[in-house]
Amino acid sequence: MSVQGLIRMGDNTLVLGQRVSEWCGHAPALEEDIALANTALDLIGQTQLWLGLAAEREGKGRTADTLAYHRDAWDFRNLLVVEQPNRDFGVTMMRQFLFDAWHLEALKALTEHEDAEIAAIAQKSVKEVTYHRERSSDTVIALGDGTEESHERMQAALDRLWPYVGEMFSTDEDDLMDVSALRPAFDAYLETVLAEATLSRPDSDFAHMGGKTGARHTEHLGHMLATMQVLPRSHPDATW
Amino acid sequence: MKQEWPLWEVFIRGQHGLSHRHVGSLHAADAEHAIQNARDVYTRRKEGVSIWVVPAADITASSPDDKGSLYDPADDKVYRHPTFFDIPDDVGAM
Repeated sequence: MSVQGLIRMGDNTLVLGQRVSEWCGHAPALEEDIALANTALDLIGQTQLWLGLAAEREGKGRTADTLAYHRDAWDFRNLLVVEQPNRDFGVTMMRQFLFDAWHLEALKALTEHEDAEIAAIAQKSVKEVTYHRERSSDTVIALGDGTEESHERMQAALDRLWPYVGEMFSTDEDDLMDVSALRPAFDAYLETVLAEATLSRPDSDFAHMGGKTGARHTEHLGHMLATMQVLPRSHPDATW
Repeated sequence: MKQEWPLWEVFIRGQHGLSHRHVGSLHAADAEHAIQNARDVYTRRKEGVSIWVVPAADITASSPDDKGSLYDPADDKVYRHPTFFDIPDDVGAM
């Protein structure tokens, strides 16, 4: 059944949206700050659609909000890459780029999904994510092929995040589609951007697993959720 | 080394507008980046259908000190306004 698959999509956008929003007021330039906030809001908007549909299909009276705010880390089904901390701007943008490159291929495939509601969410999201990928790719290229220091930081960011790429293409019956089929398109796009950015793809194919199955999240997710969930958990019936 | 990105002036053509209008300025590393930033800073509420960006340094502006010689001579030349023509009713609203 696709409820787990829907939760996976929604948890990816929720966790990354929360992470990106942590930059609000702290980005290195005002324009980047606004752009990151826009990206975060796009992702949270997509979360409402995915988790809203998941809750509806589940039929247990939960909503997108209960799924977002009243589950603990072990119930989250996001990819490990999106829960990784922001660190510096280079790591943030590299994480964004790697996720966007996967996300856009996944959404394009889902626009053809036999379930009309899933296809509709994918169609709406694909326009936003096309822009996310354009922006993060340009930043990776600009910083990768920038100064000596920016190049080193971007290569270090890629090396740090690379072990989280493999999980994006691991698949099982809970997925909305066979995500392993997305790898060739991802690799081709990655290769063109990394070449322009003068960055080298790490050799190792070692991959950390356990985010999308919930078996083993990294220690970072719980800390992030504590911040994200504290208000609705302290005041469960609060309304605006 | 200069730390700030160069300044760009942003012009947006709105949904129903025929011309691009100046909406503000922003900093960006190059023209493409300026377009992206303009998209994020100035079109969040569907303000536009087209964006122009121009390096602020490339704009030549008139000096406020020349106000007198540039604009005042037009004060007493009302005949330059096309309000002295009778417009046939058939033309409709202009």
